[in-house]
Amino acid sequence: MLARLAGARTIFPGLVTVAACAVYGILFLHAESQIELFVLIALGLAGAWLAARQHWGERARASFSAHPRTLQASVVVAVVIALAIFRGEHFPLLMLATVLLYFTACLGLTVQFGYAGVVNFAGAAFFGIGAYTAAVLVGHTNIPHALVMALGGLVAALIGSLLILPVLRTRGHYAALVTIAFGILFRQFIEVNDALGGPQGLQVKGMNLFGWELNTPLGIGDEEFSFYASYVLLGLVLAAAAYVFVRRLERSWAGLNLDAVRLDETVCAVFGIRVERWKIVAFTFGNLLAGIAGAAYAQMVGFVAPTSFTFGDSLIMVSIIILGGLGNPWGVALAAAIVVVLPEKLQVLQEYRLLLYAVLVIAVLLFRPDGLLPRRTREYAPGWRLQ
Amino acid sequence: MNGALLACEGLAVRFGGLVALDALTLEVRPREILGLIGPNGSGKTTFFNVVTGLYSASAGAARFDGRDLTRMTPQAIYAAGITRTFQRSRLALPLSIFDNVMIGNQRRLDTRLWTSLFRRAAFRRELAENVARARTLVATFSRRLAENLFAAVGAFSMIDRRRIEICRALVSEPRLLLLDEPSAGMTHEETRELMDDLLAVRERLPGLTIVIIEHEMNVIERVTERCVVLNYGRKISEGSYAEVAADPQVQEAYLGRE
Repeated sequence: MLARLAGARTIFPGLVTVAACAVYGILFLHAESQIELFVLIALGLAGAWLAARQHWGERARASFSAHPRTLQASVVVAVVIALAIFRGEHFPLLMLATVLLYFTACLGLTVQFGYAGVVNFAGAAFFGIGAYTAAVLVGHTNIPHALVMALGGLVAALIGSLLILPVLRTRGHYAALVTIAFGILFRQFIEVNDALGGPQGLQVKGMNLFGWELNTPLGIGDEEFSFYASYVLLGLVLAAAAYVFVRRLERSWAGLNLDAVRLDETVCAVFGIRVERWKIVAFTFGNLLAGIAGAAYAQMVGFVAPTSFTFGDSLIMVSIIILGGLGNPWGVALAAAIVVVLPEKLQVLQEYRLLLYAVLVIAVLLFRPDGLLPRRTREYAPGWRLQ
Repeated sequence: MNGALLACEGLAVRFGGLVALDALTLEVRPREILGLIGPNGSGKTTFFNVVTGLYSASAGAARFDGRDLTRMTPQAIYAAGITRTFQRSRLALPLSIFDNVMIGNQRRLDTRLWTSLFRRAAFRRELAENVARARTLVATFSRRLAENLFAAVGAFSMIDRRRIEICRALVSEPRLLLLDEPSAGMTHEETRELMDDLLAVRERLPGLTIVIIEHEMNVIERVTERCVVLNYGRKISEGSYAEVAADPQVQEAYLGRE
């Protein structure tokens, strides 16, 4: 009984953190005027500073590690509550769904770069391959859309496998260059290919999942929900599934070997780890996630064009995984939210918003070189050290 | 060369014009501790690198159990039962002690993706087994390390890192362990402690054969049964420590000609 009470108390910091982040996120998405936004940003910075001073992070982390299931569920509940609050408003829900899909794609990049150490500066290209695959398949075939999403991922992984040879043969900066070249190649190819719509891009129909038209606004009682609400739900399912699989991968011997490959290839060889195999696994797994997210994104925004999948977008994805804390899924979630939402909300600043964003990236890396939420040593199973 | 665990014949490694190992013929007998000594640059580490498959031999053969190591990948050599440590400790610093030791335990781990993603119950059984295994092994070197099995390796001192590195090399129960200058960067007291631990482990693993590269002559004198002296990639002397120490060629290699 006492043990159970003590156990219940340790969940508290985690719940408070989730609730605080949810309230803050909702207020931020809701804020209309720039003054409101700046007050919120100031409050957010002050809150983060205070939390860091009180070592709140440690307590929240311990809480998450002791009660992973409940706290993960509470995050899902928080997203659903946000959905209910915004109901008919398009913009905040579009933001929320975009964050969830970017989170999914960036989890893929985390497996590649954060775990196996395989750099990928063509994240947006693989996202784009998924998106274009969806656009073509939805436009020209009757393949069920759930399958289209999966195919978006598969095609991205397959095209990625063409890149595997040069990626395996090069290291560090050279491997980065190979992926940068591929990203540019992809964009140029799309731009000049008339069958894929050229620079104008392609229209994409909305998604139909097993008879459920996502673009038809949901109605519950008198309330009419924005059609983006459906995509928030879809994004939530994809993000949750990606999170579960990436976590399982990390907390396994496979995840250990990915880390070993990143940290020392010579040691790997001496202890029987096949370096190439694990790089291929990570690269394929990551591109699969990026492709699936891209396919869902294309059907949500209803339109794909080369300008959505540029080298700049790839850089944004890389900055998300580094800002968040390389290899930590929760860090990726936090950074995805900041990086996607902040520039959109600061529209009034026009071009200066990108400047502000750049300053933010530099500031984070200056003051927290390991990212906002640095990764810790592996915990193979919830609370397993206690046994 | 009957009865040798590892038999090298005419083993040579050349990098362009540089001869790192020159027609080395050497045998390692089952269950012995062989000391490999020689001045800097005499080819000791090169010998380890070629035996573990990191360097390819320019000529000659290295037979382990009848198989020629010079034709095998490092991965296959590990599977055959040879592990090593490195002169400059090469641990994965952000990973825990347990993780580092498990990197050496590949032989036993089910690393398949399917098991990792979908068969969590099977994985957890394997995990529990291996936590116990790692804890027992690490505890023979240090109780304190065994109690901190899940702390990042980067936080520990040099001697602790050496211990962890030796555990990583021992966990798969190899038949041949190659130790590359385990005393480098440690005090005499620490070195003595580490050698005590090593001898204790050997008591428990009677099948284990060890080749040790060392500059500390008192370590060599204490732990080895036989020594091979290299100079400029060639074997210049062989025998017990007393024998090689008395060899004028060895004295010349270390002290120079008068």
